[in-house]
Amino acid sequence: MRNWLPFDLGRRKLLGAGLAAAGGAALAARSALSQDAAAQHQGHQMSATTDGKAGTSDAAPPHMQAHGAMITVGDVDNERNGFDPTSMLTDWDLGTVSTLPDGRRQRTFEVEVEDKEIEIAPGVMFPAWTFNGRVPGPSLRAMEGERLRIILRNYGSHPHSMHFHGIHAARMDGIPGAGVINPGEEFVYEFDARPFGCHLYHCHALPLARHIHKGMYGLFVIDPDPELRPEFRDVALSRLHGSPENARWQELAMVMNAFDTNFDGENEFYACNTIAHCYAKKPIRIEKSRPVRIYLANLTEFDPINSFHIHGNFFDYFDQGTTLTPTLKTVDLIMQCQAQRGILEFTFGEHADHEPGLYMFHAHQSEFTELGWMGMFEVVEEVA
Amino acid sequence: MTDETASSQAASPSRRAALLWTVIPFLVLAAAIAWLFGTNPLRSFENGAPPVENLTYERTTLDGGGVRLLVRAGGSEPLKIAQVQVDAAYWQFTLDPPGPLPRGQSAWISIPFPWVLGEAHRVTVVTSTGATFEHEIPVAVPTPEVTSNGLRSQAILGAFVGILPVAIGLMFYPALRGAGLSAMRFLLAVTVGLLAFLLVDAVAEAFELAGASAPVFQRGAMVVFAAAASFLLLMAVSRRGGRPSGVALATYIAIGIGLHNMGEGLAIGGAFAAGSAGLGTFLVMGFTLHNITEGIGIAAPLLKIRPTFRQFVLLTLIAGGPAVLGMWIGSLAYAPHWSALALAIGAGAILQVIIEVTLFMLRNDEDRTDILFSKEVLGGFALGIALMYVTAMLVKI
Repeated sequence: MRNWLPFDLGRRKLLGAGLAAAGGAALAARSALSQDAAAQHQGHQMSATTDGKAGTSDAAPPHMQAHGAMITVGDVDNERNGFDPTSMLTDWDLGTVSTLPDGRRQRTFEVEVEDKEIEIAPGVMFPAWTFNGRVPGPSLRAMEGERLRIILRNYGSHPHSMHFHGIHAARMDGIPGAGVINPGEEFVYEFDARPFGCHLYHCHALPLARHIHKGMYGLFVIDPDPELRPEFRDVALSRLHGSPENARWQELAMVMNAFDTNFDGENEFYACNTIAHCYAKKPIRIEKSRPVRIYLANLTEFDPINSFHIHGNFFDYFDQGTTLTPTLKTVDLIMQCQAQRGILEFTFGEHADHEPGLYMFHAHQSEFTELGWMGMFEVVEEVA
Repeated sequence: MTDETASSQAASPSRRAALLWTVIPFLVLAAAIAWLFGTNPLRSFENGAPPVENLTYERTTLDGGGVRLLVRAGGSEPLKIAQVQVDAAYWQFTLDPPGPLPRGQSAWISIPFPWVLGEAHRVTVVTSTGATFEHEIPVAVPTPEVTSNGLRSQAILGAFVGILPVAIGLMFYPALRGAGLSAMRFLLAVTVGLLAFLLVDAVAEAFELAGASAPVFQRGAMVVFAAAASFLLLMAVSRRGGRPSGVALATYIAIGIGLHNMGEGLAIGGAFAAGSAGLGTFLVMGFTLHNITEGIGIAAPLLKIRPTFRQFVLLTLIAGGPAVLGMWIGSLAYAPHWSALALAIGAGAILQVIIEVTLFMLRNDEDRTDILFSKEVLGGFALGIALMYVTAMLVKI
């Protein structure tokens, strides 16, 4: 008799059977039920749009109302993680600068690999492999032409490396046989900071997908040398970290990433800077009058592309950041394959319509958005 | 007197020893457990692997507030539900009771999700270790609320598919009464055949449902031992007053069929509650036809006696009534393990009546075992199975 009831059959067949009126007693039973159904359903739709339960009541802050009840529950313990996605936005690792005998500037970075369990979404722990205890790793920043020394120490449980997207010798490539080091070992990568742009580094030990997916990547930004770019000196100056022209800009470091927590080859959580929904729950404050520059890289594993879309505004895009004129002008959406990166420049200070308020940004793959990769810019007149 | 004292004196040390040796094993067990938890000698087995986790979905309801799911945990450590996805999107949810779920515990997850009528949704629970457990809602329809109206409708439906066909089957009784010895043999063999079909069907369904239930309930083992227990229990009860025959035997057949119908009623009620049951006229009619044969089976052992009308009514209610009861319980508190358990108990009961009806058939023929291979018996047995098989085709999808 149970089989008379379709538990696992095709839905359409079942619907067909269900809609056919039943004989005798069943008929009466059915019609009574379906009337209830219609009424209930209508009521339900209303509740879903007006008062959909926890977190969306009138008491909720405005940025929490923007996505209804569709958001992860709770907050991540940033202190336990040892990194905070909000401070990560502006927390550049500038290394230490010294002068070489020939007068050139040398910049030295120190990076340590550490196995670390991190909370990537409220209550969800992920056994990560980290550079300097954080995912993404430190956002390294240098100037074009400097001599770079990156000292890598592997305190993890597997062989690791740093493979830089830049111009360097084969010996410095960070692939097996050229800079992949065993646990307990140390390696120094040395090369000139070239070309200027928005680059990245990642572990290139094998299997590659596992090492990237476990969190071993970060931004590697080389600012242009204004003296070498007389024709775009102003632009180069605005990009040069520490210059007065640069101080006007609000620069943000963002790495789009994702986590496959059950290791089935599909991501359960997507994010910008690791923590699902972090900037939805704590919007990024943007001063209306100051232009914004985002250094954006995609390190999502398993999915072929990721994307960045901003609401209510358009931006200029510098693919890989290696030019001082935009490669795409006036767009509100860009795509990046894995390891693709670029610079986004925009402002909320030019148009009268840009009143202070919440402007959403997210991947425009709805699935990624709804699995955590979305956030908010909170545009304010002035950041106190 | 002295003899008695002596014997009691002799007995008491041995009784004390017996008592002592009843206590000592428990003490050893308690000491072993204390040692295990106190000193953790199994430390060397801890290899850093995350705990084994399991989550079983037992019940789903959809209404104006969204989706509610009853889940049961089973794992080496309490399971923490961290996040919940519906259709690959994270949704806010509440857990009742909140907090980690110890092994075997169940809890309700409520999600304010705007589900779409008639479409499929997929719920995924993500635990603190990042493990995921999926559940499909094949067709989203509002869960019928438990109202007196709803219960009455279910009772009518249950009566239609459970009680009515048994009553119709029993109505053949007067026509069958004139049956001679070989016709009687034939009818009893038909009964055994249809019971054999039900036995196989019940066991198969019980295993299937047990497979969908929480591992904590032991799945296959639960089915086998529940069936064995019900078989032995009914066997013992029925043999208290000698071999059952006549009304007593008919009652046991009715009990077996009734328990089987109860298990199925539970599943139907549960399907209603889950909104996954759509009823078609054809299906209802098919099931009614299917169950008429059950009525004939109950009538067979009564042919030589003259039961009262009241007895007929009682037999009908025993065999068909549990379908109604099962539907009610199923719609109020469905879980796959309850249906599996009821079907397993039914299977045990059916096995018992198969044996009793066969013995009754032999007794009718002065215990001649060779009649088992007569053409009436073999033909009847085959017809019984064939009848059930063909009418089941109307209801299997």
